[in-house]
Amino acid sequence: MLDNLPVLSLITFTPLAGALLVLLLPGARTNWLRITAIIFTVIPLLLSLWLFASYQPSLGGGEYAEHSTWLQIPLNIEFFNPGEVSTLRLEFDYNLAVDGISMPMVLLTSIISVMSVLASVHIRKRWKTYYFLFLLLLTGIYGVFLARDLILFFVFFEVTLIPMFFLIGIWGYYDREKAATRFLIYNGLGSAAMLLSFLIIIATLGFSTTDGMNLAFSGNYDVLLSNLADPNAFANVDSANSRYLGIFLSDNARWTAFVLLLIAFGIKIPIFPFHTWMLKVHTEAPPAVVMIHSGILLKMGVYGLIRFVLFLFPDQMHSWATTLAVFGVINILYGAILACVQRDFKLVLAYSSISHMGIVLLGIASFEEVGLQGAIFQSVSHGLISALLFLIVGSLYERTNTTQLSELGGLAKTLPFMSGILLIAGLASLGLPGLSGFVGEFLSFMGLFGSMKILTAIGVLGILFAAVYVLRSILNMTYGPMPETFANLKDARFVEAFPMITLAAFIVLLGVYPSILTDLMQHGFNGLLEQIQTRMGG
Amino acid sequence: MVSVQTLTWSDAWYLAPEIVLSAFAILLALLDLILPKRVNRNIIGWLTLAGLLVAAAFVVSLMVSLGGLTDTDSAPSTHSLLAGSYRIDDFGNLLKLVFLGSAAFIVFFSLGTVRDEDVPIKAELYYLILPAVLGAMVMSSSGDLITLFVGLELLSITSYILVATRKRSRLSSEAAFKYVVSGGVASAFILYGMSFLYGLTGSTNVGEIAQRLGTAVESAEALVYISFFLMIAGFAVKLALAPFHAWAADVYQGAPAPVTAFLAVVAKGAAFAMLYRIMINTAFLIPGTDSLISKDVVLGLSVLAAAAMIVGTAGALRQRNVKRLLALSGVANAGILLTPLTLNLTQVHASMFAEFLFFLIAYAFMNIGAFSVLTMVSKDAGNETLSGFAGLYHRAPWTAVAMTILLCSLAGLPVTGGFFGKLFILFGTIQSQVYWLGAILLATTVVSYAVYFSLIRQMYMRSGSTDSSLRLTLPAAVTIWVCAIATLGLGFFPVPILEGIKEIFAIPTDLLFLQG
Repeated sequence: MLDNLPVLSLITFTPLAGALLVLLLPGARTNWLRITAIIFTVIPLLLSLWLFASYQPSLGGGEYAEHSTWLQIPLNIEFFNPGEVSTLRLEFDYNLAVDGISMPMVLLTSIISVMSVLASVHIRKRWKTYYFLFLLLLTGIYGVFLARDLILFFVFFEVTLIPMFFLIGIWGYYDREKAATRFLIYNGLGSAAMLLSFLIIIATLGFSTTDGMNLAFSGNYDVLLSNLADPNAFANVDSANSRYLGIFLSDNARWTAFVLLLIAFGIKIPIFPFHTWMLKVHTEAPPAVVMIHSGILLKMGVYGLIRFVLFLFPDQMHSWATTLAVFGVINILYGAILACVQRDFKLVLAYSSISHMGIVLLGIASFEEVGLQGAIFQSVSHGLISALLFLIVGSLYERTNTTQLSELGGLAKTLPFMSGILLIAGLASLGLPGLSGFVGEFLSFMGLFGSMKILTAIGVLGILFAAVYVLRSILNMTYGPMPETFANLKDARFVEAFPMITLAAFIVLLGVYPSILTDLMQHGFNGLLEQIQTRMGG
Repeated sequence: MVSVQTLTWSDAWYLAPEIVLSAFAILLALLDLILPKRVNRNIIGWLTLAGLLVAAAFVVSLMVSLGGLTDTDSAPSTHSLLAGSYRIDDFGNLLKLVFLGSAAFIVFFSLGTVRDEDVPIKAELYYLILPAVLGAMVMSSSGDLITLFVGLELLSITSYILVATRKRSRLSSEAAFKYVVSGGVASAFILYGMSFLYGLTGSTNVGEIAQRLGTAVESAEALVYISFFLMIAGFAVKLALAPFHAWAADVYQGAPAPVTAFLAVVAKGAAFAMLYRIMINTAFLIPGTDSLISKDVVLGLSVLAAAAMIVGTAGALRQRNVKRLLALSGVANAGILLTPLTLNLTQVHASMFAEFLFFLIAYAFMNIGAFSVLTMVSKDAGNETLSGFAGLYHRAPWTAVAMTILLCSLAGLPVTGGFFGKLFILFGTIQSQVYWLGAILLATTVVSYAVYFSLIRQMYMRSGSTDSSLRLTLPAAVTIWVCAIATLGLGFFPVPILEGIKEIFAIPTDLLFLQG
């Protein structure tokens, strides 16, 4: 049925169509706006479920790839010998594709976005603008996970930036404007580093010619990969000519591009010294937006790290594997220890996110298939768990007007359902077997254990701390003396309970039946890992 | 030596755009005298607009008749008058179109926006734009130091008057005075620098200077250095490049908004045109010498560009007055516009003019649009501070959206003209392996987010003192939206423009004065 349609484009641009439709609706009709937004987030969900069902991992998703030329910018070639060369172009393509790495991310995005749009019921003002920006943000996110052209990827990456700035700055809590600005500047710095690196790559690796007459600098990911693998490609041959023309990718240039990309995605993940912006966003943004932010946006960093850093610069990555693992361990322990002493539940969750993203780094640093699968699994799992946790935080805050641990207590009495879900999410977060958190952590640690035993051992300590901070804060909230003002609280309404149950169900599903995700990735990594191995071997 | 040539009637066709502008300027000045006082001076504004459009039409037909539009390589699409002192080529023609178009927009949005109590003699504001544009056109079309300088002075002197047209405003008079002094000093520097070139080569024709400079460098290298140093310093003042930018904020603040937009776009673009004309043909291509002078000039220009980006952005961070903020953002943008010129022509990088022109077009749209919004908002709020924008989204949502597009373009966010303009320039720096300049461009761009988003924050996240909706005059509304849509259009479809520039423009014939 859907075989002949450009499914990936549909997934990406359905939210944008919804956004434009929202603009046309009257602003006072809250229900219309809500329903439109829900419809236009559910459609991509259905499409990506269809994609998931029909996706055959062994084929690598090639049948869904979409390719068309987007920008072909002519460059002057007057100083080339006119007889030798007829055109020189700068080519940026509209390339979308899905594979074992993108697929889980797209699924995660579609699930969380629906839950988040349902949770947006707590948004109290300027609904029209809110839903417009929300849907625009989704188009950016889908685009990031599906784009296979450096500039297209960058454009989508930036498209997520602007709506997010508004979503934090308009609908956030007290210190929202500062949080929005900090978000913008930190991520802007990351994007700048990314763009510089991308352009270095395009000006070297992207240089290609089909017939010797028509030259092009291309941002096409497939072209880059094939140039990288081809020992005779211009970028890999250190001849006087290619060096003079600036298309030889020297070792120094490789390292520069590599480090710049590491910084770019490191800010997004976030890796330890770059994490302060993310704490602010977690505490100040409205919970529905934090669900997207913590659940999906941070994963764009992981995705970028694997897609661009790992696959374009495997040698550099390999020689920095230990460094990356050390940073991962720092993330794990720093996040976990600080989460133990926070007084605001939102900050506990923020630090816990830092800790969990550290585990992802360990998985990537392992250079083992198991570890890489673990990294992606952990990303998806953490996305679901933190989305669920912030969903509950949003509903709680609506009732109690606080997230300070000292002011909360005894909620299990009045809010038994929400407390139960909170406990499930907490247990998933601390890595209880049978829930998704365990699988991701286990795979990542197992992957790393082969090469770096001591670091793995230190990293595992994070799980101990996780138990401490999760149980400390959740028990504090659900048991103990209850402030009198909470006596009349009403438990979750259906519109709140539905996304909670759904997310919890996915967490349990991935916990008991992890192969639905790992199978997807197994074949996805097969070919790519071989490439890395041969290149590192050769 | 060159024998003296005079203009003949047959040359009139090539000079038609310039002649149209001169005629309109003179006639409109006379008309202003003759018309009785009760006649609304907007009529002069409309006639000015007509003059600019007629001149633009002549430029286009000249381009067609010279074959510039059809093919680049076969026919030399240039024509030179008066022994090469005036050149009709695609470099000049493309820039003339930008100048005429920008000026037309500026005049259009002033109609109905400029108030009598602010600018008492409105007609002056309109018809003085014509000689100013004429000056800019001469600057972009000359191949001779004298002609270039005449154009520069024509533009400068009319600009001094234009800045002072808010006769009752102390700020305006102060701005005009500062502009006269700094502009005069700059002109003196440029002229003094030119005199060295003349003294060493015995010619004021740029093409001839280019040929003889090689010998001059061997005999008196120091004097050539002094010459370029003086000229570059003078141009840096005209372009408001840091550290020669101090006048810009005061002058922009004091001048009426249309004039500010004019200075930011046309005057700046014209100074760039002149810089290209002189530098590319002399300093960059000195034949037969192993002197380091080319490299040093390039280095000097890149340092100026970097300084302008850094100082402009850093200065804009602390500004509360939006006009001054845009002035400093103009300083930073001048640095970006200068960047392509500092990337030496190499085999892989020959697109400097395309990069420059595309960003200039994007810059023109976003600046004119932003100044139009600012004019309407500040007129309503009674001041030009950031807080005047507070709550604009609630008062005029569509204007706020248009302004957001323009600001995103200024900040270089996709998908806007500003983004692609910066992207091409950046790619040029990478291709030429001038990584440090690219890194500074990117870093200052990120810092500039804070500048432009502080305006956006005011518009969307603060509440203003009033909730009554903001009234826009029709010309202003049209200008704002044309600029916003054009900015988006340049972002989504940059290729047609760049393809066009590539088709029309060819470095050997249009920029280099290769003789013989």
